[in-house]
Amino acid sequence: MKKIGTIAAAVAAVGVMAGGASAQTKLSMWYHGAGNEVESNLVNQIIDDFNASQSDWVVELESFPQASYNDSVNAAALAENLPDILDVDGPILPNWAWAGYLAPLTIDEAKLEGFLPGAVGRWNGEVYAIGLWDAACAIYARRSVLEANDIRVPSLDSPWTGEEFDSALEKLASSGEFEYALDLGMAWTGEWYPYAFGPFLQSHGGDIIDVSANMANGSLNGDAGLAFGEWWQSLFERNLVPGTDQDGADRETGFLDGKYALQWNGNWSALPPLGQFGDDMLFLPAPDFGNGPKIGAASWQFGISAISENKDGASAFIEFAIQDKYLAAFSDGIGLIPPTSESAQMSEKYRPGGALEVFFELSNDQATLRAVTPAYIVGGRVFEKALADIANGADVADTLDQAADEIDADIEANGGYM
Amino acid sequence: MRTERRAARRRQNRTGWAMALPACLLVFLFLITPFVMAFGLSLTNQRLISPNPTEFVGLRNYQRLLGIGFLTIDPITNDDGTIRVTDGETEYPRVRNFTRGNPDYPHLDRMREWFRLGISDDRQFVVLARDVVFIKAVRNTVLFVVVVAPVQSGIALILALLINQKLRGINVFRTIYFAPVVISMVVVSMLWRFIYDGENGILNTLLGVFSFGAIEPVSWLGNTSTALPAIMAMSVWQGVGFHMVIWLSGLQTIPQPLYEVARIEGATQWQKFRYVTWPGLRNTAILVMVIITMQAFTLYPQIEVMTRGGPLDSTQSLVFQAVVRGYEKQDIAGGSAISVLLFLFVLSISLFQRYLTRERD
Repeated sequence: MKKIGTIAAAVAAVGVMAGGASAQTKLSMWYHGAGNEVESNLVNQIIDDFNASQSDWVVELESFPQASYNDSVNAAALAENLPDILDVDGPILPNWAWAGYLAPLTIDEAKLEGFLPGAVGRWNGEVYAIGLWDAACAIYARRSVLEANDIRVPSLDSPWTGEEFDSALEKLASSGEFEYALDLGMAWTGEWYPYAFGPFLQSHGGDIIDVSANMANGSLNGDAGLAFGEWWQSLFERNLVPGTDQDGADRETGFLDGKYALQWNGNWSALPPLGQFGDDMLFLPAPDFGNGPKIGAASWQFGISAISENKDGASAFIEFAIQDKYLAAFSDGIGLIPPTSESAQMSEKYRPGGALEVFFELSNDQATLRAVTPAYIVGGRVFEKALADIANGADVADTLDQAADEIDADIEANGGYM
Repeated sequence: MRTERRAARRRQNRTGWAMALPACLLVFLFLITPFVMAFGLSLTNQRLISPNPTEFVGLRNYQRLLGIGFLTIDPITNDDGTIRVTDGETEYPRVRNFTRGNPDYPHLDRMREWFRLGISDDRQFVVLARDVVFIKAVRNTVLFVVVVAPVQSGIALILALLINQKLRGINVFRTIYFAPVVISMVVVSMLWRFIYDGENGILNTLLGVFSFGAIEPVSWLGNTSTALPAIMAMSVWQGVGFHMVIWLSGLQTIPQPLYEVARIEGATQWQKFRYVTWPGLRNTAILVMVIITMQAFTLYPQIEVMTRGGPLDSTQSLVFQAVVRGYEKQDIAGGSAISVLLFLFVLSISLFQRYLTRERD
């Protein structure tokens, strides 16, 4: 029955397209989510609705697997063959904007009011892309474990301080009930490192790159950076967290199995522990190391390519796509955080009283963007290696010096990314 | 008569060239052109993504890779001139005091310590490099070649000798030994990551069982001392079947009558190997060594999948660094410079091997 419905819809769609093709302009669109059926259905739904809602434009989707998406965009940019609409991962947006892949959106700023900061891709005073969702990290914990170890349950208004967090880890480790007090997710190499651990550095008062000074020296390896680095190394020296050789399977199930007392993880992994521990499960805010509690922000966002000849149409599509019903649908379908409070209210899990409501609050209160500069694309990789090396016992000051030098050399080699 | 023959030869030549043309074209397009381009790019500041124009920078990329500096440091002295000792160890000033904006040492600016030697009790000699990661990649790659080439070809030869017998079911063994070769290196690396796992890995479990728990689990890929040897062992296992087949083909070209003569003469097994088999394998040996050396120099998928160069750069390799720089860090020029250096390395070693194995009359 359902199949027949789908076929009928497809036939109808083809009919509509064939009928109206002469008057309509095609808009090509690229998306990174090939292979995920639910995600594809959601995107297709938006496209179908858009195509049906007006008669000027027809959006045609091409999906890529996430692993090869950026390569495809780079290749297409070299060949001057970019689509009209494309999606871009938040932290690399400034690089693509600088490189001339993306054109600024001409969307009315008023429509972006109330969006979470991580969902709006700004660079150089312009909005280049808008996300239909954001993601957030939290400390996964169990109330019973904290209470048994006499640890205060922190709240959004009063998160743990750095010292409190540290003493909590010590207490949990000395309880002897766990292999490790905290699982940071060292098995997840790649963008996870700067996304998840960069905010700890920002909370210490440093950053991977000081955007206003346009350099990493003094910010990554300044006093705040060194303090962060020493603390980071001490976590591994004191055996509070698993190291870089962590087993990927342990990352997935270690918290559920009770190997780890706490886990630093994102909203996308929240449902299994919630199902297992129920009311005992807590999602705690990031600790405050002195410069405010911070978590990473910005996920995939939609933008318009600079070489598009149909920027009006592309802009109209993006404006159409950021309706609250679609934001809520994405959240319900694949568990992401809706980027406006209206859509959060409509969503199943993030509405007040919903199971993951706290992540919307976390995103709203603590989300901090990764250094908004074209240099981040290299800075993030350098930072990842530095974190791994420090975790493995490399000298903190030397490693951060080297990392800062490498980032600054890259900025210089690119003429300051001006 | 003469002109006719010449015309025929010319026709033959023309056909020959026509037949070679497609292959030449492909070699030119996919081997020679990229190499010439890499060489050209390594003299510029080419980026993967950049709106800025490419500029010629001469040998700067090579200087950054190969720059080496030296520094002799004296211990920190107290106010009264005595050497300061902390926890029983003489305390030296940090190298970063000399390498970061110190006007007295401009030639060492932004260099990093590679290693240090104690010259005497109160003086240390520090070798600095502009790019320590690259130097470590060179060291690891050379070490990898030096260990893998003889071990892999040796084991392959032993396996070839073992399966070069007319026994029932010998094909089963041939298949088993050859099986890893047909599996992609990426898949093999993934599987071996589980084998080497620090807690629940098969290797640790086996060692624990056979030693009755005496051997504690080792994080094979997580220790700087075991990561590279672990990757070497896996690589030898994966590639040994391929070279076994080459050895086997060599063994089967040795004429049987030679062995019969040796048997009649009363030669021992060792003498048969030493005076019949080994001389007969001479050309095969050269081929195997050259192939293994070249393959070993391009060490990459194992590193990418298993360690990504860590821990603490103990498994960095040249090709891995070329990819990381050229692609992840968008520095096409830097990655090209590494590729060119790798080419020169492999070329000079191949020439040296040719020289060692030249025909001597």
